[in-house]
Amino acid sequence: MQTMSFILSLAIWLPVAFGVLLLAVGRQENAAVARWVALIGAVIGFLVTIPVMTGFDNTTAAMQFVEKASWIERFNVFYHLGVDGISMWFVPLTAFITIIVVLAGWEVIEDRPHQYYGSFLILSGLTVGVFSALDGLLFYVFFEATLIPMYIIIGVWGGPRRVYAAFKFFLYTLLGSLLMLIALIFLYYKSGGSFDIATWHKLPLGMPAQTLLFFAFFAAFSVKVPMWPVHTWLPDAHVEAPTGGSVVLAAIMLKLGAYGFLRFSMPIAPDASHEYAWLIITLSLVAVIYIGLVAMVQQDMKKLVAYSSIAHMGFVTLGFFIFNELGVAGGIVQMISHGFVSGAMFLSIGVLYDRVHSREIADYGGVVNTMPKFAAFALLFAMANCGLPGTAGFIGEWMVILGAVQFNFWIGALSATALIFGAAYTLWMYKRVYFGEITNDHVRTLEDINAREFLMLAVLAVAVLWMGLYPKPFTDVMHVSVTELLKHVATSKLN
Amino acid sequence: MNQMNWLVVSPEILLLVAACAIALIDLFLTDPKRRTTFWLTQLTLAAFALMHGSMLSQGLGANGAAASVYGMQGLVVSDPMGHLLALCAGIAMMMTLAYAQPYAGSRDLLKGELFVLAMFALLGIAVMISANNFLVIYVGLELMSLSLYALVALRRDHGVSTEAAMKYFVLGALASGFLLYGMSMMYGATHSLDLPEVFNAIQTGQINAIVLTFGIVFIVAGLAFKLGVVPFHMWVPDVYQGAPTAVTLMIGGAPKLAAFAITIRVLVEGLSGLAHDWQQMLIVLSVLSMALGNLAAIAQTNLKRMLAYSGIAQLGFMLLGLTPTVIGANTLSAANGYSSALFYVISYVLTTLGTFGLIMFLSRAGFESEEVSDLAGLGRRSPWLAGVMTVFMFSLAGVPPMVGFYAKFAILQALVTTADPAYITLAVVAVLLSLIGAFYYLRIVKVMYFDEPTTDAPAPQHGGLGILLAFNGAAALVLGLLPDGLMALCRDVIVAALAG
Repeated sequence: MQTMSFILSLAIWLPVAFGVLLLAVGRQENAAVARWVALIGAVIGFLVTIPVMTGFDNTTAAMQFVEKASWIERFNVFYHLGVDGISMWFVPLTAFITIIVVLAGWEVIEDRPHQYYGSFLILSGLTVGVFSALDGLLFYVFFEATLIPMYIIIGVWGGPRRVYAAFKFFLYTLLGSLLMLIALIFLYYKSGGSFDIATWHKLPLGMPAQTLLFFAFFAAFSVKVPMWPVHTWLPDAHVEAPTGGSVVLAAIMLKLGAYGFLRFSMPIAPDASHEYAWLIITLSLVAVIYIGLVAMVQQDMKKLVAYSSIAHMGFVTLGFFIFNELGVAGGIVQMISHGFVSGAMFLSIGVLYDRVHSREIADYGGVVNTMPKFAAFALLFAMANCGLPGTAGFIGEWMVILGAVQFNFWIGALSATALIFGAAYTLWMYKRVYFGEITNDHVRTLEDINAREFLMLAVLAVAVLWMGLYPKPFTDVMHVSVTELLKHVATSKLN
Repeated sequence: MNQMNWLVVSPEILLLVAACAIALIDLFLTDPKRRTTFWLTQLTLAAFALMHGSMLSQGLGANGAAASVYGMQGLVVSDPMGHLLALCAGIAMMMTLAYAQPYAGSRDLLKGELFVLAMFALLGIAVMISANNFLVIYVGLELMSLSLYALVALRRDHGVSTEAAMKYFVLGALASGFLLYGMSMMYGATHSLDLPEVFNAIQTGQINAIVLTFGIVFIVAGLAFKLGVVPFHMWVPDVYQGAPTAVTLMIGGAPKLAAFAITIRVLVEGLSGLAHDWQQMLIVLSVLSMALGNLAAIAQTNLKRMLAYSGIAQLGFMLLGLTPTVIGANTLSAANGYSSALFYVISYVLTTLGTFGLIMFLSRAGFESEEVSDLAGLGRRSPWLAGVMTVFMFSLAGVPPMVGFYAKFAILQALVTTADPAYITLAVVAVLLSLIGAFYYLRIVKVMYFDEPTTDAPAPQHGGLGILLAFNGAAALVLGLLPDGLMALCRDVIVAALAG
């Protein structure tokens, strides 16, 4: 592994370098060049993550592809990167989604495309940084820095209420993460001057300290996930963001919060995590059930999928805090599959929006008559969103429900209702948009998807089916790390 | 202690002589040749900065107390902290004048007075930075303040400027009075004006505590006036808005370094025996400043006024770094807090230079470009300038990876590592108030990128200045990506200052 130890740095800084290049020399006049440069950057960014997948050793819970260099000596901060079974899949997932996003904006973004693509590439690199940072302050820097490009993306290329949504997104997230910053500094003090996350994992902490840390992290990550009741920024951000922004938000940025629970809250404050697991479980169930019902009554397709994302992320947090292997592994699988599925759902809405410029369900109806190829793809993604067996959406939810039943039958039963609600809101939306008679004139003149759209939807369809039919590569990777994490979390830090 | 040691003050002597000489030379120059004055001034400032830079590296070479050298019979001190601050002040003044030159040229302000007064202001700053005696501090402060009063009034046919100058002068004189009154009380109680002797006298514990407490209240109030923190901030918004932008930058840039320096010299080197009293005052001042500064900034439509309130809040945050030192009573935690505050003030000055520099860059003859709405659509009209401004705004908001984040991080770190629940609460209050602050910085970014341009006029081109501005922005970013060097430097100079 020694020879490949720069691979994560490449995965972070290559997209960033392409993004900076686009921002620096891009011009409105040569938009076509910007698109191709962005695509090349995104593809290279993905190619460099392939060794992470192929070279990953499933048999150890240790960090792999580790890089470590002194960064801020004054505070003992290191540029320390590495991935384990928990974080590994998010590195290629991020790079993969970035390619899709570049394709999705190809003919659609006409205003300053170089800045649009530049922001996305920088965002992609920074997000990989969050997933691979093993130093607390480095994590925080990446975690916060991702806000800047996303703020610009929503605000510049978003819908009519983009300014409101961009501010809400930024300030909500900043509030949570500032409290986390205090927690990180507190851990730095407690550990005698170290920002190393692994050191923090082993650090004995009393219950009051653990409780405070747990809630500080909770503030940061619950906003990011987002959990009920701090989810209100998400529907706004999703609705106003351009298609690419929604895809990245749903597919990747929400995972940062869930990942934070696994990397910080649970191992650093295990006793507090057990103590307050009821809180997270309750909020997750509220997200799964109540937000599922809220999704059902939405008139706006993007809002519907946004609420559906919150409900699906409720499964993730539920899985984590029932502390068994099925639950945690199921949660991680759900994170990955939701990355594919929600990304695909938002892309499908984007395809329709680009043609009709409306997201209202009522403005459609009978789309299958004019866009049969597209409707077939959309059906597959809708099924995956409901959690149909054989699609990616099924595996994670099924594992979490099994885990929940092991933990407590009633929690399992309540969470399983999500399958019903999920099917209800997704299929009802599908029916109203795609089936039936054509009632709107603009639907009559719709043209089916072109080669570019076919390509991006097909790639995602393959991913969704592959993960649904053969999830072994995903679960194998995380198995050892999850076992190790649970063993760690089960050990009390109190003496 | 009792030697003249002229070498210690050689940069200041150079500055004084050059300022007088340039004032004379300028008399013989006609307006079209005014650039000569500009370049002579820049040359002088560069020499000044260079001399301090080399003395800084020499001082750091020496260990501990040996790093501090006294001159002028103990009236001034030469230590690495002073040289670092003087170096930064010199560079800040050079950049200020560089940004100011086209701005002043198009407003008929490009006179010899601008440069000579700027040099005298810097001389006052340098005297304050290296002062080791209450009266020297006062002399330096007055030299700087009087130069700045005159500079604010430079646009004498302009009503708002004149009003700002009057306000600045009256309130500034009041503040000087406060400071002087406090110093006289200290003198009455300790029988000395020399900071080390005042320090020793207080350490004996024989001094009347009531006189000392009264004295410290007046001294802190005077310092707070000069720093511009709540409730002594009233002059800041009016002066920032009313003064020509070039002069605003002269007030908002280098003098903040001097204010930091005298705060350290007076409160830490002279009166650390009373730390318990002044730290409580600083906490109140700083929380009030952050609250009022951040809240009031939200309501502003004038960019300069908004930045004035932002500055109040930023300096309030900086003051927090001076508070957490009695805990543990060892110099390690003190050094941690002070060096964080030093890093904060340097990074704040760096971003302030850039933001006001950009306002001047965008202004034209007859157009001040000082309203927030004047930035509308800058991201479309001039992506480079908008990018640089974005870096500054996120830096001021404390978002990584800009340098402003590490400044805030360092201060918070100094608070939290005291492990005192009160200080941790203070840190939480500070981050919540800076969250409010993030709103108006984000609004600037919003105006630049999300709003449509109100004018088709392309942003002005000033050739070399654009490069300077880009360097300024790059510095805010690069110091954020690699903050270690400056952080370590700040720690080393503070450790040396505390040892000496």
